[in-house]
Amino acid sequence: MFNIESYRKAGSVAEAVRLLRENPLARLIAGGTDVLVKLRKNQEGFHHLVDIHDIAELKCITRTADGDLVIGAGSCFTAVAESPLIRRYVPVLAQAVRTIGGPQVRNMATIGGNLCNGVPSADSAPPLLALNAVLTIEGGAGPRQMPLEDFFQGPGRVALEQHEVLTAISVARDNYAGYYGHYDKYAMRAAMDIATIGCAAVCRLEDGRLQDLRLAFATAAPVPIRCKATEDRVRGRRISPELLDDIARAVTKDLQPRTSWRATKEFRLQIIATLAHRGVRQAILEAGGSIA
Amino acid sequence: MKRTITCTINGKRKELTVDVRQSLLEVLREQAGLISVKQGCAVGECGACTVLIDNVPIDSCLYLAVWADGRSIRTVEGESRDGKLSRVQQAFVEAGAVQCGICTPGFVMAATAFVEKHRGRKVTRPDIRPGLAGNLCRCTGYDSIITAVQKSLDEGDEP
Repeated sequence: MFNIESYRKAGSVAEAVRLLRENPLARLIAGGTDVLVKLRKNQEGFHHLVDIHDIAELKCITRTADGDLVIGAGSCFTAVAESPLIRRYVPVLAQAVRTIGGPQVRNMATIGGNLCNGVPSADSAPPLLALNAVLTIEGGAGPRQMPLEDFFQGPGRVALEQHEVLTAISVARDNYAGYYGHYDKYAMRAAMDIATIGCAAVCRLEDGRLQDLRLAFATAAPVPIRCKATEDRVRGRRISPELLDDIARAVTKDLQPRTSWRATKEFRLQIIATLAHRGVRQAILEAGGSIA
Repeated sequence: MKRTITCTINGKRKELTVDVRQSLLEVLREQAGLISVKQGCAVGECGACTVLIDNVPIDSCLYLAVWADGRSIRTVEGESRDGKLSRVQQAFVEAGAVQCGICTPGFVMAATAFVEKHRGRKVTRPDIRPGLAGNLCRCTGYDSIITAVQKSLDEGDEP
């Protein structure tokens, strides 16, 4: 048995917020693939649960009249990967979440949980960062919105108050229309493994130029992170093999990988350069560009 | 911390009193007597506890029993009909896909979900591997298991 001291099931987001406010020790459980593993290890801080597993309003994936995509935070990875809207408009996100765990885990684990855990290795984070995703957070006084980029504060730390619920992740039409992307993950195994490095590249081309590039990494810094200096450096430049080499060199200065039992800092830097090169190249090819 | 749940287990409607602290794996083994459901890693890595919830494979070790309320659960015990093995079970036998056997019920259920989801589509061996990536076989009999899945997919449309 899991060492659960209190358990309340919420029927709605509003009820979840109320139940969280009633018990300052409580935290949310959605898919359970992280929280129940932590409970299995009897880790502190997970003994009081508010259950949002079955809240239907958190599981919708829709496109607004303006063309913005809205992904319910409670959508499991299988639902995200198989959503016709995601596959059509932001296939880089479908590509990234298919690399997570195995089928059983993807059938349970939620995209909102992946972000709220705040781990540097979250595979859903780089594509969403590269798509300038915005979060909708409910805390009882009406929803607030926050760019995903501001959400990650440190390893395991996110800008979510104890009583708040992440309800949706949105990608505005302007941030995906005309953009093409690629996600690449380096891990020891092809499945059921955590990213040694994850890299999402999203770009827009015009007349053989890299009109815009958004590059984001997992496990390459204390939080999932964008490479803003590299992006600024290459924006508007003509596509060439030298440009790709330049990106691969520049990108390591935007990141701070560390040594862990999985990989050394030096090895990660090597992989970062390789994945940046490969990812941008693939994104350019997806966008119909050619690299002379 | 007891709750009463109603669910369908292998086609039979059941009312169960479960503790909110129990995993579905514990309830299936201890209350429903379905000991094909194995506890391996208990953290969602090995797939030995795989069961189908509304025909979707999940790790029952990381699934609260209360979540099964109103749902339909399938375990390997319910897959044969009148003493006749399911197509996937029969394919496992014919392909020699069973060695020590502890991973087999989980593999059969993951394979069953995969076969039902991909019926009628062209599926290659490299497509099958990621479909079974959530299950480990420590005898490493993967090749025969993939053959069994391929056989199940290839054998026409009869149930």
